[in-house]
Amino acid sequence: MLEIRWHSRAGQGAVTGAKGLADVIATTGKFVQAFAFYGSAKRGAAMTAYNRVDDEEIINHEKFMNPDFVLVIDPALTYTDDITMNEKDSTKYIVTTHLSLDELLKTQPKLEGKDVYVVDCMRISQETIGRPIPNTPMLGALMRVSEMYSIEFFKDNMHKVLSKFPKKVIDANMTAIERAYNEVNNKRG
Amino acid sequence: MADKMELKEVEVWDGNLASAHSLRQAQVDVVAAYPITPSTPIVENYAGFLANGYVDGEYVMVESEHAAMSGCIGASAAGGRVATATSSQGYALMVETLYQASGMRLPIVLHVVNRALAAPLNVNGDHSDMYLGRDSGWIQLDSFRPQEAYDLGLMAFKIGEDHDIRLPVMVHQDGFLSSHTAQNIRPLQDDVAYNFVGEYKPYNAMLNFEKPATYGVQTEENWHFEHKARQHFDLMTKVMPKIKSVFAEFENLTGRKYKIVEDYYMEDADIAVIAMGTTVETAKLSARIARKSGLKIGVIGIRVLRPFPFDEVAEILKNVKAIGTLDRSSPNGTVGMLYNEIAGAMLGIGKAPIMRNYIYGLGGRDITVEMLKNIYNELNEDAIAGKRLGAVQKFINVRGPELTFLGK
Repeated sequence: MLEIRWHSRAGQGAVTGAKGLADVIATTGKFVQAFAFYGSAKRGAAMTAYNRVDDEEIINHEKFMNPDFVLVIDPALTYTDDITMNEKDSTKYIVTTHLSLDELLKTQPKLEGKDVYVVDCMRISQETIGRPIPNTPMLGALMRVSEMYSIEFFKDNMHKVLSKFPKKVIDANMTAIERAYNEVNNKRG
Repeated sequence: MADKMELKEVEVWDGNLASAHSLRQAQVDVVAAYPITPSTPIVENYAGFLANGYVDGEYVMVESEHAAMSGCIGASAAGGRVATATSSQGYALMVETLYQASGMRLPIVLHVVNRALAAPLNVNGDHSDMYLGRDSGWIQLDSFRPQEAYDLGLMAFKIGEDHDIRLPVMVHQDGFLSSHTAQNIRPLQDDVAYNFVGEYKPYNAMLNFEKPATYGVQTEENWHFEHKARQHFDLMTKVMPKIKSVFAEFENLTGRKYKIVEDYYMEDADIAVIAMGTTVETAKLSARIARKSGLKIGVIGIRVLRPFPFDEVAEILKNVKAIGTLDRSSPNGTVGMLYNEIAGAMLGIGKAPIMRNYIYGLGGRDITVEMLKNIYNELNEDAIAGKRLGAVQKFINVRGPELTFLGK
């Protein structure tokens, strides 16, 4: 069972991202689950979304999760959310930030010693899609870090998931995914 | 003619979208709706399907849930296939009309996305609304995952619309845990689904002017009791056989097997828990793990809440030593509904197993695999001791000191 937790703000597309990821993974014959916790959430409120992936039918409906990946798609949530909650030794973090990994660890010392990757999904989505919708670039970064699928396979399938959108929007998302795939890193020093 | 939709063999849908597709494929004539969280996307998606030409029907926007069910009653009495969806406060407001619908024997299908009842206000899932309607004369089917909300959504029409049955049917699913959780779904293609549900054949339609009919008449002491008795008679004698035959037909078509009472690992079980909704599946997972450490635990899921499957439940539980009933609704001054029903079923066959009642998950509070394992261990100790070692009722995962009631 592979488990993923997204930290996001309502409106940034974590639910759509989790759903899109599930759509792509389901095409490979695996079983998926994508869900989120909402309160009476307003746009901008911190929220979490989740994915489960398994080779057999998923019957676990608990909200509790020890995530394999934590995806932070809003830069400020690294400081205001408990993003290391219920982590495992092997949990990998992919954090949206304009900072380098060194700078990030200096500002958020509790990530020191953990498996952390940085990528600026905000800037990427602004420059490609034209709006701060960091969900699809985060999926590109996840493909690189998890080595789940090749970027070509992922983009082909994501293209189908996004097929109801105009070509311009789809193309911009493809560029965003590719850029995040190339730019995500865990470089020190 | 409505357009057909090309569906993949495996779709990734949440429970709400799954329910909406079941309504679309059944080609419902009238949906009168007043959307409420977490069931909103059912009628929202349905309205989208209709606007885009995938349904030939009418979508009536009304001013409240009371009006929504009233609209459904009118349309159903007129002779149409009718459905809607609601949750929680909306369901509570509908209650008066729920009794009207069943009393007039109108086979309306209502998707209920289970949610807590205020106060305090809460949009998350528990079974308070489902429990509220359990004496309303409707057939109540419960799904444990999004796929089942779709499957039961199709079967509901076939069960309720049968001329021997003519009763409204609720299809329940857990708020958010099913309604907003996307999972792999294997839908039927449109023609296959529609042929399974079948063309709607109205019974005493008001729009049939050749044969005038009256709905909603007044009967005082002279006839009221006989009407209610006849409705109860049909619920007690005709509905279960009909559900079984529809389940069998559905299994032949899809390979997916449904039972009045779902049971897992019960063959050699010493202890058992009874649950509803998504908790049934989590409990099954937890039992699978607990069995590895030697616990002879089985799990029962109530698929049909009304009519209640007394005989089926008692048959499965007859050799069990200790039973835990898991109720996801505030009992407010008594034991949970499942405790009462199961105790009645066991007493009915002269059995008196050790019984506990666990109240959990109110307002969407989590129930984990680990918490369920603790319950299994507690029941196992009871079974070994041959008696209940604690109080009858216990609240699970609530803040503050342990909350137990009725004995110690």
